[in-house]
Amino acid sequence: MSAATVASARQRAGAVIDHVVRRFGPRVVLDHLSLTIAEEELVVLLGPSGCGKTTLLRLLTGLDRPDGGTVEVPVRRAIVFQGDRLLPWQRALPNVALGLSGPDARQRASAALAEVGLAGRERAWPKELSGGEAQRVALARALVSEPELVLLDEPFAALDAITRLRMHNLVRALRRQHHAAMLLVTHDVDEAITLADRIVVMSQGRIAASHPVPLSAAEREAGAAREDLRAALLADLGLANQL
Amino acid sequence: MMQVNPGPIAAAGIATASSRAADAPMTGTPPPMLSPTTYGLAPAQGREVFLASDARRVSAVSRWRKRLSWPLGIYTTPVAILITWQVLAEAGLLSPTAAPAPTVIARTGWQLWQQGVLGPDLEISLVHRAALGLLLGLGAGIVTGVIGGLLRSGENLFNGIVQILNTIPILAILPVMIVWFGIDELPKVLIIAFGAFVPMYLNLFAAIRSVDQRLVEMARTTGAGRWRLVTRVMFPGALPGFLVGLRFSLAFSILGLVAAETLNANSGIGFLITNGQTYMQPDQVWLGLVIYAILGLLADQFVRLLQRVLLRWRPGYEAA
Ligand SMILES: Nc1ncnc2c1ncn2[C@@H]1O[C@H](COP(=O)(O)OP(=O)(O)OP(=O)(O)O)[C@@H](O)[C@H]1O
Ligand SMILES: [Mg+2]
Repeated sequence: MSAATVASARQRAGAVIDHVVRRFGPRVVLDHLSLTIAEEELVVLLGPSGCGKTTLLRLLTGLDRPDGGTVEVPVRRAIVFQGDRLLPWQRALPNVALGLSGPDARQRASAALAEVGLAGRERAWPKELSGGEAQRVALARALVSEPELVLLDEPFAALDAITRLRMHNLVRALRRQHHAAMLLVTHDVDEAITLADRIVVMSQGRIAASHPVPLSAAEREAGAAREDLRAALLADLGLANQL
Repeated sequence: MMQVNPGPIAAAGIATASSRAADAPMTGTPPPMLSPTTYGLAPAQGREVFLASDARRVSAVSRWRKRLSWPLGIYTTPVAILITWQVLAEAGLLSPTAAPAPTVIARTGWQLWQQGVLGPDLEISLVHRAALGLLLGLGAGIVTGVIGGLLRSGENLFNGIVQILNTIPILAILPVMIVWFGIDELPKVLIIAFGAFVPMYLNLFAAIRSVDQRLVEMARTTGAGRWRLVTRVMFPGALPGFLVGLRFSLAFSILGLVAAETLNANSGIGFLITNGQTYMQPDQVWLGLVIYAILGLLADQFVRLLQRVLLRWRPGYEAA
């Protein structure tokens, strides 16, 4: 492969993480981790608590720098944090429009709110929003800038099962609208199977396994393929004999 | 920080057993526990019952109790003391030289006003000294506080010196001020400014530094620029601490005003007091004290009002 084709492949990729190292003191949290996310691909990152998923996402946003290796991401990227992180002193609309400028900023923010099903709630204070609504505002804030890469750090972890199902539908709908690559972190194997194009499992500071999910919507809900995948994922997570 | 007015809540919560019994039949189908024939109207042990506020039985007694308890909010106690004071004075239990009745003090104030003495004195104290000193002190405190809060170099530049100033009592620098600047208006203004500056700097600095870093991070990831980060995240986040600083600043500047005016003054409220002392006119001394007290009260109420308007977004805030 010539240098030019590598460059053009990278140009199209959602993100390229190459032998990234991240240490906290003596502790190596990311140990030469490599992962490439294709354009418009939805990768779900699974892993036990404390394995370094948030650490990886922070490197991808550019909030932290790696201690080794390279991270390459599009300039237009956005993150939905673990927890909504809305500015409590701003209403929903200016929260969404925080990073926008220009005369149409309000309009775009308003459209983004409508997209996540919160039309008419522009003037609500964050304290007046339910947990799911606040998380949807955070989602709108991430999508409003038309990012090429969206990072989602356990965006639905704090939500109840019903709201979570609605959010899954929302994510699917938004994927059709916005042609962005997504990296979604979750603890929930079923959530991963429902949403992912590919599921990667993290362990010992690396990507230990990668499972493409070439399943239809129906196959994701039930069937042998789904159960096999589920069993494989649980094995990767070291939970195989518990279920 | 938020005004605590236990009035309506406390009063509404107190519904006596007898009043409940009297009203119980009128409220639809009461649960068996609350039926009028049952003696024990309180819920079973270890249980609590919450009712909608308009479903709460409001008897004449509890209505009156509501009206009577804390009718003036936080002013109830001061007013009660004033009334007691007046009664004791009129009964002759307080010597008129030690503590003249409130009405006597008020009359003295009115007389001095009519003689054209009180007005100019007030103007000198409030406008030429307090307002000017406050403007200087708050201005300096806000500018240095923002620089110190936002920039590491600003912290290094100002923090040490303000920490040192903070340990010096305001009364202790008065003699130095007089040595340096004489007994004119300048040292008085500077003392007031000093009183306002130190708490404003310290509180604003701490407030900016303690803005939730997770929100700052979040704002960075949205691509918001530096200016927007400061105006949309840092400043609003520091606002509660700023208002605490403002409250201290106002209180300390009034302290500075009193100190400066008491030690040397030939005009203003402090002069009114020393003058009254010299010519054995306790009414006039008390009038000065009352004016200082009212100033302090007004300053406090002003900050409360600001808090109520500016901090509406806070989860603790209850819409009035
Ligand atoms: N700023 C930091 N300083 C020191 N250690 C840190 C820091 N941030 C994270 N760590 C450590 O790195 C490890 C990975 O943390 P990280 O937040 O990435 O976990 P995670 O996979 O996101 O876990 P969870 O699923 O619980 O959110 C943890 O053991 C944590 O203690
Ligand atoms: Mg995490």
